[in-house]
Amino acid sequence: MLVAGYAGFGALAAAHDIPLALAVASTVVLWALPGQIVLIEMHTLAAPLAATVLAVMLTSARFLPMTLVLIPELRDARHRPWKYYIAAQLLSLSGWTMAMARFPDIPRAQRLAWFCGFALVLMTVSAASTAAGYLGADHLPPLARLALVFMAPMYYLLILTGAARERSSMLGLACGAVAGPLAYLAAPEWSVLLAGLIGGSVAYFILRNA
Amino acid sequence: MIELWLLLALCGLATYLWRGPGVLISAGISPRSGLFAWVTCVAYAIIAGLVSRMLLMPTGVLAEATLAERAIGSAVALTAYFWLTRRNLLVGVVAGAGALWLLKSALL
Repeated sequence: MLVAGYAGFGALAAAHDIPLALAVASTVVLWALPGQIVLIEMHTLAAPLAATVLAVMLTSARFLPMTLVLIPELRDARHRPWKYYIAAQLLSLSGWTMAMARFPDIPRAQRLAWFCGFALVLMTVSAASTAAGYLGADHLPPLARLALVFMAPMYYLLILTGAARERSSMLGLACGAVAGPLAYLAAPEWSVLLAGLIGGSVAYFILRNA
Repeated sequence: MIELWLLLALCGLATYLWRGPGVLISAGISPRSGLFAWVTCVAYAIIAGLVSRMLLMPTGVLAEATLAERAIGSAVALTAYFWLTRRNLLVGVVAGAGALWLLKSALL
């Protein structure tokens, strides 16, 4: 599933004339597909630098609770503290989900090594998929290219509708989906951030007062 | 082009701000606090807003598909994901993209 998402992202980057090296580097540096898509879309819309950084940062907020849950599970007196900071960079939604499922069967002392190894494999496969999607998009006929680029929004359409179990995530999704196109009509270069702040705040307000 | 690399570096730093400090405060902050709920709502709204805008008012390559074609592609992806398989993401994504491809080639 990561392959499809990152191949779609690579094709999207190619369609927006982002250099291949940068597209692949973003997979390693950001290691967060929504943030990467936001980065590329906002760059194309000529959004202000601060707005882009802020929007990317807000889409990555999920890493804080994930880190808070993961790190205590990895802790062992024998590990050097800096290794946890490496593990934090390697953390992704799929790696976290898998780790949470497997940890009960893995001795505590081996979890850090297991997690880093597994996450590095995920990252390598994703970086390769980014490159493959990018290069594929350049050499494929227009129709196939369109289909490949279409994989990026489809990936998120499914992962978001499928993952929305809590009320906060469902409301956030619904309000954002309405606010996104509206904000784009009002101010394209600020639309991503604006939609998130307004849609998210409306969702939060409904949640508090429901 | 330098500017784009700088942007990537800044975005990388901004993302790490959620990851690194999490190691330090793994015991301190409550995931049930109001601030946290708000950040969660905003984060979901950003990505949902982006995806709905990409599907309704696309820029670039995606604009080559009509609204109806994008809607049918999305419907096929959702059907394959939720009803035909047990939430198999790969099947859903490929079904959506495949449907768009078939629609386009049938119309040419």
